[in-house]
Amino acid sequence: MIEIITQEPLLAALVAMVGLAVAFGAVLGFAAVKFKVEGDPIVDQIDHILPQTQCGQCGYPGCRPYAEAIANGDEINKCPPGGQATVNALADLLDVPAPELDAEDGDQSDVKKVAYIREAECIGCTKCIQACPVDAILGAAKQMHTVIASECTGCDLCVEPCPVDCIEMRPVPQTISDWQWTIPAPLGERLQGLRSADIIATDRDTGTRAA
Amino acid sequence: MRKIWDIPGGIHPPENKHQSLTDGIGTIAMPERLILPLNQHAGAPAKPLVKPGDRVLKGQMIAEPVGFISAALHAPTSGTIDGIADQPVPHPSGMSARCIELVPDGRDEWCDHQGVGDYRAQPPTALLELIRNAGITGLGGAGFPSSVKLGPRQPIDTLVINGTECEPYITADDSLMQARAPEIIEGVNILRHILGNPETVLIGIEDNKPRAFEQLTEAAEGTGIEVVEFPTKYPSGGEKQLIQILTGKEVPSGKLPAELGIVCQNVGTTFAVYNAICRGEPLISRITTVTGQACGRNGNYEVLLGTPISHLLAHNDFDAKACTRLVMGGPMMGFTLLDPAVPVVKTTNCILAGSKAEFPPAPPAQACIRCGLCAEACPASLLPQQLYWYAQSQNHERLEAHNLFDCIECGACAYVCPSRIPLVQYYRAAKGEIRRHDAEQLKADHARQRFEFHKARLEKAEAEKAAKREARRLAAEAAQRKTATSEAPSSGPGSADDLIQAAKARAAAKKASPDEQKAKLERSVEANRNRLKIARDKLAEGRDQGLDSDAMAKLEVKVNEAALKLKTAEEKLASFDDTSPGKGDSTVADDAASRVMDRVTASRREQLETTVASLKKRIASAEQAIGAETADATIAALQSGLEKQRQKLAEAETALAGLGPDGDQKVTDPTTVDAASAAIARAQAKAAARASMTPEQKAREDLHALDQRIAKARDKAQAARAEDSEHAATLESALEKLEEKRRGLIEALGAEPEETVPERPVAESVPAPSAVEPHPVPNDDPAAAAIARAQAKAREMAAMTPEQKRRVELASLDERIAKARSKLDSALAEGSEHVEALQGALEKLENKRRSLAQQDSDGVNPEGGA
Repeated sequence: MIEIITQEPLLAALVAMVGLAVAFGAVLGFAAVKFKVEGDPIVDQIDHILPQTQCGQCGYPGCRPYAEAIANGDEINKCPPGGQATVNALADLLDVPAPELDAEDGDQSDVKKVAYIREAECIGCTKCIQACPVDAILGAAKQMHTVIASECTGCDLCVEPCPVDCIEMRPVPQTISDWQWTIPAPLGERLQGLRSADIIATDRDTGTRAA
Repeated sequence: MRKIWDIPGGIHPPENKHQSLTDGIGTIAMPERLILPLNQHAGAPAKPLVKPGDRVLKGQMIAEPVGFISAALHAPTSGTIDGIADQPVPHPSGMSARCIELVPDGRDEWCDHQGVGDYRAQPPTALLELIRNAGITGLGGAGFPSSVKLGPRQPIDTLVINGTECEPYITADDSLMQARAPEIIEGVNILRHILGNPETVLIGIEDNKPRAFEQLTEAAEGTGIEVVEFPTKYPSGGEKQLIQILTGKEVPSGKLPAELGIVCQNVGTTFAVYNAICRGEPLISRITTVTGQACGRNGNYEVLLGTPISHLLAHNDFDAKACTRLVMGGPMMGFTLLDPAVPVVKTTNCILAGSKAEFPPAPPAQACIRCGLCAEACPASLLPQQLYWYAQSQNHERLEAHNLFDCIECGACAYVCPSRIPLVQYYRAAKGEIRRHDAEQLKADHARQRFEFHKARLEKAEAEKAAKREARRLAAEAAQRKTATSEAPSSGPGSADDLIQAAKARAAAKKASPDEQKAKLERSVEANRNRLKIARDKLAEGRDQGLDSDAMAKLEVKVNEAALKLKTAEEKLASFDDTSPGKGDSTVADDAASRVMDRVTASRREQLETTVASLKKRIASAEQAIGAETADATIAALQSGLEKQRQKLAEAETALAGLGPDGDQKVTDPTTVDAASAAIARAQAKAAARASMTPEQKAREDLHALDQRIAKARDKAQAARAEDSEHAATLESALEKLEEKRRGLIEALGAEPEETVPERPVAESVPAPSAVEPHPVPNDDPAAAAIARAQAKAREMAAMTPEQKRRVELASLDERIAKARSKLDSALAEGSEHVEALQGALEKLENKRRSLAQQDSDGVNPEGGA
């Protein structure tokens, strides 16, 4: 055996390499079948980041279709309801530089909104009920409709179909229970154009030197 | 002496506690108005039990807890509820929340209340319920409902009472411990009982409160409660920090002390528990420190909950101008109050009105130089500078990885920061941001779920719709195919044609195939022949045995009948043999059918008539015999026989009279019935066909048929005469009648006399065989007669105006309806199988009448108008 190898080194190497290739190929092939992942996990991950307003402002009919589009290479900055935070999270997930949110694609406001039906004007046409992607509008034909505020995602899709324009998007009032501390204002704002890097230790005593 | 452990980090800020410790616990005059926020605790807001205008007594519950983590609220004094409205509450946001407003009446009138006599006799759960209903929450700072904290699922081995009060300026607990040590110890005993007597009960006090320590040690003597003094260091008073100092155990991240078997309660809470259990007084007041250089007087006061802080400050000579910041809580962990009108709540341990010297304006923050002092000061061993960076970049993942939520927000890091970075604010903001994000994620998941359900619902509805559409399409196709196949053979729109076709089809359906029919007829001939033979044999036998005349007569009649039947069957067979070759020709078939029908009715009549004739003859001979006989017995016998004969005669006559309507039912031979119904159907078809012919044609056809029948009748009569049969006379009379009819027909054909037509319609729409009506003339052909009448009527109609026609039609219809009804009634009474057919016919007639009546009224009105 050793004799053959020493006498025919080229052949031996060839046989060895081919043998290894076959062995590893078999292992990989087996693994590919055995540990096959159903569906596209990256789509689920993207979908998890998206805000699920199902508003369609990205140009896709819902968050999951947009997640699929992103997985297929679409831009990640088309989600106004998610805001820059979503863009950043998506960039982080997909390991790409985070672009600015594409503001043209829709209204990006930090204030959460819910649909509100002026019930006195509602004619009970059920058009908004059909438009609502999360079934957050309650009502029946010729009956007054109303929005279940806790279920409303603020996607604003019900506003347009209303024939009597009785739906408006109202900002969600902040209550004491969802109030939160804010990040301290950047130093530049407090010191009128001075950035924190411009401040030196002796500024501490003068306090409002620049002011 | 108990071993004391140390906590990492910590700072030693100026204590500033002496200012407020000069006097004991003072009291405050009753304010004009008390404002009681519904949510003074952690958890769900309480639900108001009162409405504006209600008078409440001191200690009366005015709001009940909602859910497990919630606390009740009581009226701090007697008075009137002024309203339940949103009011500014002590909160860093300075926002409003729902509050009950109470206007005291100054009487301070207690409601009915009394303590539990011996709490040791009470089960812990009952005591916990009392605590819950007393609205007791943690008075140290967070305001967590005490009943929840005192009812852990795990067994408790250590009870820690927190008398640390590590934060500068605050002396509320200190003054309480100094003034009410025995009550606190009693409260601790209650807690021990509730918690199942834990082995170790510790009261931790910092060494900057020597008098409080003394008082408590004295009061705790002999109770097994250990009062432990340990070096002052901020923030030893934190729950987790105190546990670490006293027991050396560190509460793991994200876990509760109860999971280590430890429960920690504030001394203020302990006193409130004592009040609730032993005195029956709910939590309606607390000790609050009012201090700061902006206040002329500093001190501790027992303040009713809901007292406006401005009232408290006014009592302490507050100088608003000197005050730079009004803080609730201590200088390290408190928050600035934006509005001094907010009330004292359960967690208000201190009101700090700081002057400029105490609270200088926050210096500008500088860049973090990564000096690491904050990490050294952190009591929770976190990395504040890292948290700061991540909080700035909003990197929530890293923040959580660095255990941001273990931060107790003590402010030690910010205190030591040389760059004066407001670190705690960053952490608080970051925590809020993460919480909000989590809540949003939860909501997004919920929305996703709803969206997916919505989508699934729509898809399902769509699929159902599609399935229905498909089913409809298939059904429509099937229906189309069906109509295509059924419409193809229909030849024309003529209703008469349709009727004829239908009648022919019915006749064909009813009639068996020619071969079968022939076989049947042959069988019947054979059977009749046998019957005749048997009857003759019997007759011969009877003659041999010398039977009396009555029995002999019976046998003779039987023989005659059998002979007649045989003849009929033979004739039928013969006629069938005649017609069967030309079966395809409908007219030949129709002729044959009518002949068959003639014979059916005729033969039955003949039978009956023969019977009647022979009976009459026998009655005559019997009467002669009676006249000749002299013996009484014989006469009696003969008379009884005569009676019998007469009865028979009567029966036969009634049968003859009723033959018409029930004739075919009495025909016993099934073959004949079958043939008869087929023949009747054919006759109907023929009648319908005739309806479309001209009257002359019809008459000629009738004549032709009559001629045929006459020829046959003649044949029969001759044969009877040749045989010297007793039917000869009957046959001859029938022949005569036929000839009479023929003459009448020839007359009609030639002269068309304007005779009064009996109101009798064509029996076209009455398909049932029983509808063939009886006629007074026994051997008349009903169909032919009907046709003749119809013809006459048609002629009459042609001469009438439309209106008249309608009237006549209406009248005839009425008559027909009446007849049909009576027939239906009789059919119903007999339970006949034709009931349905009759009903259908009646309905049709009625419909027709209705439409005619409508036409009539429609037709009359415009004429009248014109």
